[in-house]
Amino acid sequence: MTGELEALASYMTTMRPQDILLPVAAGLCCKPGGFHIDPVRPVERAVITHGHSDHARAGHGAVLATQETLDMMRLRYGENFAGSTQAINYGEEIRLGDVCVKFHPAGHVLGSAQIAVTCKDTCIVASGDYKDAPDPTCTPFELVPCDVFITEATFGLPVFRHGDASDEVNKLLASVTLFPERAHLVGAYSLGKAQRVIALLRAAGYDAPIYLHGAMEKITEYYQSRGIDLGELRPVKGVKKAALAGTITLAPPSATSDLWTRRFPDPVTAFASGWMRVRARARQRGIELPLVISDHADWDGLTATIAATGAGEIWVTHGQEDALVHWCQSRGLRAQPLDLVGYGDEEESETPATDEAEA
Amino acid sequence: MNRFAELLDRLAYEPGRNNKLRLLTGYFREVGDPDRGYALAALTGALSFKHAKPALIRDLIAARTDPVLFGLSYDYVGDLSETVALMWPKAQNNSQSFPGHPSPPPSPTRGEGAQRSAALSASTTSLSDFQSEGRTSLSVPSPLVGEGQGGGSRGRDADESPHARNHNNPPPPTLTEVVTTLRTLGKTELPKQLERWLDELDETGRWALLKLVTGALRIGISARLAKTAAAALGDKDPHEVELIWPGLAPPYLDLFAWLEGRAEKPVNRDPAPFRPVMLAHAIEDSDFQSLDPADYIAEWKWDGIRVQAVAGRDDRGHITARLYSRTSEDITGSFPDLVPSLRLPGAIDGELLILREGRVQSFNVLQQRLNRKVVSPKLIKEFPIHLRAYDLLGDDENDLRELPFAERRERLETFVRKLDDPRIDLSPTVAFSSWDALTAARADPASAGAGEDADAVEGVMLKRRDAPYLPGRPKGQWWKWKRDPHIIDAVLMYAQRGHGKRSSYYSDYTFGVWTAGEGGDELVPVGKAYFGFTDEELLQIDRFVRRNTTEKFGPVRHVVHEGDKGLVLEVAFEGLQRSPRHKSGVAMRFPRISRLRWDKPPREADRLETLERMLKAEAAEIEM
Repeated sequence: MTGELEALASYMTTMRPQDILLPVAAGLCCKPGGFHIDPVRPVERAVITHGHSDHARAGHGAVLATQETLDMMRLRYGENFAGSTQAINYGEEIRLGDVCVKFHPAGHVLGSAQIAVTCKDTCIVASGDYKDAPDPTCTPFELVPCDVFITEATFGLPVFRHGDASDEVNKLLASVTLFPERAHLVGAYSLGKAQRVIALLRAAGYDAPIYLHGAMEKITEYYQSRGIDLGELRPVKGVKKAALAGTITLAPPSATSDLWTRRFPDPVTAFASGWMRVRARARQRGIELPLVISDHADWDGLTATIAATGAGEIWVTHGQEDALVHWCQSRGLRAQPLDLVGYGDEEESETPATDEAEA
Repeated sequence: MNRFAELLDRLAYEPGRNNKLRLLTGYFREVGDPDRGYALAALTGALSFKHAKPALIRDLIAARTDPVLFGLSYDYVGDLSETVALMWPKAQNNSQSFPGHPSPPPSPTRGEGAQRSAALSASTTSLSDFQSEGRTSLSVPSPLVGEGQGGGSRGRDADESPHARNHNNPPPPTLTEVVTTLRTLGKTELPKQLERWLDELDETGRWALLKLVTGALRIGISARLAKTAAAALGDKDPHEVELIWPGLAPPYLDLFAWLEGRAEKPVNRDPAPFRPVMLAHAIEDSDFQSLDPADYIAEWKWDGIRVQAVAGRDDRGHITARLYSRTSEDITGSFPDLVPSLRLPGAIDGELLILREGRVQSFNVLQQRLNRKVVSPKLIKEFPIHLRAYDLLGDDENDLRELPFAERRERLETFVRKLDDPRIDLSPTVAFSSWDALTAARADPASAGAGEDADAVEGVMLKRRDAPYLPGRPKGQWWKWKRDPHIIDAVLMYAQRGHGKRSSYYSDYTFGVWTAGEGGDELVPVGKAYFGFTDEELLQIDRFVRRNTTEKFGPVRHVVHEGDKGLVLEVAFEGLQRSPRHKSGVAMRFPRISRLRWDKPPREADRLETLERMLKAEAAEIEM
């Protein structure tokens, strides 16, 4: 099989991009390289962009990813999450079959990478999830010039402009000052968002202990073990209700509207997410304090990045593909939605095991 | 403007009344004159300028954005003002964000900026740029300021050129500028002006501006709440503010000066001011033991709208008449047919009713006259308005509120006699010597003096003979003893989470009754209730809902409801109306959960026919 492909590849003078990467049911398949990127079904060889569960799944034969991503998968799925693993650094290049694979920081969460796949003289960048905004908890996004850029479109509508995350954190701190007798409960995805919010709080000068829902302790400890300073963190479990007045607790989004919240004195429910830009989304979730803090690029970020890669062809996946494809086309770029299923907004899908008995 | 926008934004999400008050009072304390005064005016609906039409807003955004992108965005957001506020592109930023030629490295965009700005240093320096807001007391560097970014540029941009944002951008307008400009602006100048402001404000600022100019704030704040928050600024009773309010005008400099102890209380020069209303407590069976019938006067509680009808002479001796709701809203415009009857200076506390051929009509009939945009001659003719007087608070220049009720009642009788107007009559007292006698009267108003109007009697009122007219709900002065509500047994069908404190509880219930369907009996929803139960009962229902959910639709849970499985709720309600909007065809007035019938199997709950019979009885009245 691989032999045939190699023969085919050498026969052709220029490869069409879809001969290098092609969406199939299991995910984005690289036939000349013999691997899938972020496969949603178990495959023989998987190259993984980052540790969020919709991109990093258990059960593959071999996994290539950054050390952090591998560590996170281990934390989530246990020691035997894959047959074998190989860590790769940012900037490091590896030859797989007929292609070269190089990892570049994506700025999304700790260890997140864009994967540049080069075959002959065609370079495709599968950017995974990315953001171009500053984040003290991960390596900043790096722009990779390429021929084909595969971009996410989670916030692919011009209404999504995330602004400065530190302003949002100031909003939270102002609320804590205004309501010192209430507990502030911040819904944040437990991998990446939570640690970023904590880091932003610290950067804003908040030095009181920050409380954590049980579901985010492990991953947060991991961030700390990688040298990210998050100040004093405490598990919220077992803390007396009255002692939580005036404090900030981080919890998975789904926990902030459940039985679990009854342990807090008159909680103010906040939610750190790019979705909070749209009022109806915040209201639908019963959020009192929406914080527009996103781990994804916003509309301006997506469009600026697409333009800056110099890519002449853009593949748009998960999110609001239509608008972004339209934008690309109106600027003379070839663009198409990429039919990939199984990726979504991790915030919507995260359902941690909230222990009802604890309430 | 950005600070005001931030307040609106926060208020729009805050469900708790006390917390809303805190946010409002905090704003009034922090923000100086005249901005806070215009904010108070905006919140109380006291601003007057020609509102911008949505079509104008559409034109503005169409000139700036791609129509396809706007269409997709509007579909997603669902609200015009919000869509425009969020996607409004800055004229200057455009050229920066989209480099004309897609030239590869080094990146001119944020990719590189992001690399360098990982340390987040931007956030601290940017605070100093926000001080352009019209705020006089900036002594405390409030963290709230964070949201109000002036230039609309972002931290990451700012990092590359920290002072770029204010170079070419004028400071965002203050609320005062916006309000005063809108008041004088010609129609043709409006689009250009709006465009300028939209360029100057941030997302939240633009949202608030558009809400303001289109006249649709809708953030769940009543005028009363805003005034209460202002009163709290000076530890004053909100009734005091209410009393002087009609004589005040935006931006309320005299009001704030008084609240902050810098000046005397403003004098109300309004010839027909509102007086804070006195309210009654619901009486419980156990209350009667400690009450002496001789201390009380009883009267019917009419099922209409409690109003205050005030007439007074202005400086030139002309009579001004106004009708206020119990929450001080001026509703004169809805009842022009009553105004000519208010020709004697004085203030009547009474009930607004519809009278046909001398007979009081039900609340359902009255309701058909309410909330109409146009009060047509036909409406006035078909629904003749009437005022039934309970009390007299002012007689010409004299304030009677300090007098005992018995004495005010005598004055009222004289006043109504002198007025001698067919549209205004006296609410009769109910004679009784013992509580038993009153119980009998309440049970059968028709034989106790209410005669043919008995159906419009909602219960009886008990007023202490010696009670002065006090604002609010003072203890032990006035009691209401309502007629027993209608009761049905219904089955819990769907449950939804509540808001605020109740957001972790399933506290909003949709209930149904049985009706014959194609495949035998089925439940049809007849109403929704979210109160009436105790805290303990809420816990019980919540637990039941969680354990018996059969399906989930977003925030709504489908709760098991079959003949032998489910929860029967005893629902109390005040009345019934035909409603084409409900599948069952009926709508309840004031439904609440009165009891949990754990003992009752769902199949024994009531049937729709029971409600239809009640409906027929009421409908007969409306159509006559």
